[in-house]
Amino acid sequence: METLKAEKKEKKQETTMRITGAEALIHCLLAEGVDLIYGYPGGAIMPVYDELYKFQDKLTHILTRHEQGAAHAAQGYARVTGRVGVAMATSGPGATNLVTGIADAQIDSTPMVCITGQVTRSLLGSDAFQETDIVGISTPVTKWNYQITRVEEIPEIMAKAFYIARSGRPGPVLVDITKNAQFDELDFKYEKCTGVRSYKPVPAPDSLAIEKAAELINNAKKPYIIFGQGVILGEAEAELKALVEKGGIPAAWTILGLSAMETDHPLNVGMVGMHGNYGPNVLTNECDVLIAIGMRFDDRVTGNLATYAKQAKIIHFEIDPAEVNKNVKVDVAVMGNAKETLGMLLPLINKNEHKDWLAEFDKKHQIEFETVIQKDIHPTKEGLTMGEVMEQINIATGNNAVIVSDVGQHQMIACRYAKFKETKSNITSGGLGTMGFGLPAAIGAKMGAMDREVVAIIGDGGYQMTIQEMGVIFQHNVPVKIVVLNNDHLGMVRQWQELFFESRYASTVMTNPDFVKIAEGYHIKARRVVQRSELKDAVEEMIASKDPYFLEVKVEKEDNVFPMIPTGASVADIRLK
Amino acid sequence: MEKQWYTISVYSENNVGLLNRISGIFLKRHINIEGLNVSKSEIEGVSKFTIVIFTTEDWTRKIVHQIEKQIEVIKAFYHTDDDIIYQESALFKIASHLLFDERQIQNIIKESNSQIVTVNREFFVLAKTGRRHEIDEMHNALEPYGIMQFVRSGRIAVTKAAMPISELLTEFQEN
Repeated sequence: METLKAEKKEKKQETTMRITGAEALIHCLLAEGVDLIYGYPGGAIMPVYDELYKFQDKLTHILTRHEQGAAHAAQGYARVTGRVGVAMATSGPGATNLVTGIADAQIDSTPMVCITGQVTRSLLGSDAFQETDIVGISTPVTKWNYQITRVEEIPEIMAKAFYIARSGRPGPVLVDITKNAQFDELDFKYEKCTGVRSYKPVPAPDSLAIEKAAELINNAKKPYIIFGQGVILGEAEAELKALVEKGGIPAAWTILGLSAMETDHPLNVGMVGMHGNYGPNVLTNECDVLIAIGMRFDDRVTGNLATYAKQAKIIHFEIDPAEVNKNVKVDVAVMGNAKETLGMLLPLINKNEHKDWLAEFDKKHQIEFETVIQKDIHPTKEGLTMGEVMEQINIATGNNAVIVSDVGQHQMIACRYAKFKETKSNITSGGLGTMGFGLPAAIGAKMGAMDREVVAIIGDGGYQMTIQEMGVIFQHNVPVKIVVLNNDHLGMVRQWQELFFESRYASTVMTNPDFVKIAEGYHIKARRVVQRSELKDAVEEMIASKDPYFLEVKVEKEDNVFPMIPTGASVADIRLK
Repeated sequence: MEKQWYTISVYSENNVGLLNRISGIFLKRHINIEGLNVSKSEIEGVSKFTIVIFTTEDWTRKIVHQIEKQIEVIKAFYHTDDDIIYQESALFKIASHLLFDERQIQNIIKESNSQIVTVNREFFVLAKTGRRHEIDEMHNALEPYGIMQFVRSGRIAVTKAAMPISELLTEFQEN
């Protein structure tokens, strides 16, 4: 009896512990499998940092140089691993500095949990030092958010936060924790969240819709797939490939769908959208069945909606009911996780090939190759092009790097020309277009995939928005490769000014510092390339480096990215020059 | 597409931040909330928002999808006026001497089918429940005599068709 009693007592001690809220938070993170967080301390989150100090053998905290960097690093980590990224900040300015990253994660469906400290409960609403209504501020850009004011809430809310962030269509969740809840004690017990009553993350697939989709696809003469990030988030890459191959269907990608299918696959026809490839855009308006998989018909993809794919029957594979018929009216909506729905569709698809239809993509590619691609990647003019730098990086990495890009011309060039063999390899800010995303996201991506080569492609504008994160790369020796394509301009805005504002270059000319010296100031190996003859060697040296490496390439100042669909124009009217 | 009145019913968990989330969905699209009422619903622990907007069906459908996407929302519906039974309430505060000085006021009270909630030496309060136009008519009738205070509630509505929220909740819990 005595031993039995003792055993029972011990068991109870195992399931509940009397600890502070701050320590409870750490146990929640550990229970969710978190081993890496990015953040910045401050007054209202100090109890949690004190616990982080005690748990540093189990949980690595990376001190970014700005909270925005923490959010983007967590995003980069999440995008490359498919796991939930975690960022932490104090109240007030710490919390508001996270907001850009949160908004970016929301529009690009990135699973992320942000934890912010908050003034103690009794001071809420008193305009206390570093008090800001971060729950109010972050509401429109979070999938869910919550303010914890009582210590007992911590385990349940944290479990819910992780569940919501990663389930269904993923997204950012913010949990704000008042300081009293961090200091107070509770009987801690953690149970993972397996469901929320009012939240249905994945709609049940409708087999009738799938049969209808199969019928349309089987009868199509010119079927055409456009795939987005839903394929990557749903881990449906194998099913997509099987569908493409069995049906003999040409497939194009949105910027966030890139790398879901290897770029060299014969049925992978390229990128859709404003700076996408010629064939994939023009032929959107010639296909007879358009199969959209895990994409949301963003305006940068569709151009003018009034003239978008009007001739086609449209099938939409989608997990989020709010995306169906939002921008484009569809004929068949197949709700659910792409892995499951494509898996159900596959057996119903007839083996087919569409040689004549594919030949049209080849013809269009030939036109684009001669007028654009050739000049981009094998230029004969004196100035260096962004395209030839990408080409060298492809060669030096064997088409198998993780490419993290910032926002602007270099991003379009990176996404147009980077080659991929593996999924989750293209990390870029698609929906929000956040300049400054690239450098911190590359840190997160590298730390999430230490066995892979991670190359950040950044412009001289975006680089200077988060340049301080070079400090993290130096301090933790994160072996990321940083390429700044420097044209001394905000290139994309300058391009628009040239094309649509009669070359009035309002505030797009940059007088830049010596980037190599700055990198060297952070004790990071650095090199500058100004001549074509040095490029190959410099890229090879960079890729061969075991340490972080900074490469600045001075490119032609006034190059434009083509093809281009001007705002409001039809995909069919894409300009080649 | 033609604009008309739509009533949106939202069944939700009772959460402090949800009103902010829902109103943000309208704000972002520049759609004015013409009426808003939050109350408990027929199910214990479940709140009901009743929101009235004047817009197209296409916008209404998209908004309802965005509302339903919020984690704490159980289900959202939209209805035209024909689909629902609806009422609004109004209170009129009027100076007491007018009841004797202006005999017409007594007729207005009788004809409008409104109730006198309270009377004291300074003022009396009339309560009126009905359709928007009935309340507007009563307001127009009283206005010339002077209204000290006026307030009208948001619309409350029940649908003619059944609302299978309890079934939905059971289904959610089973999944």
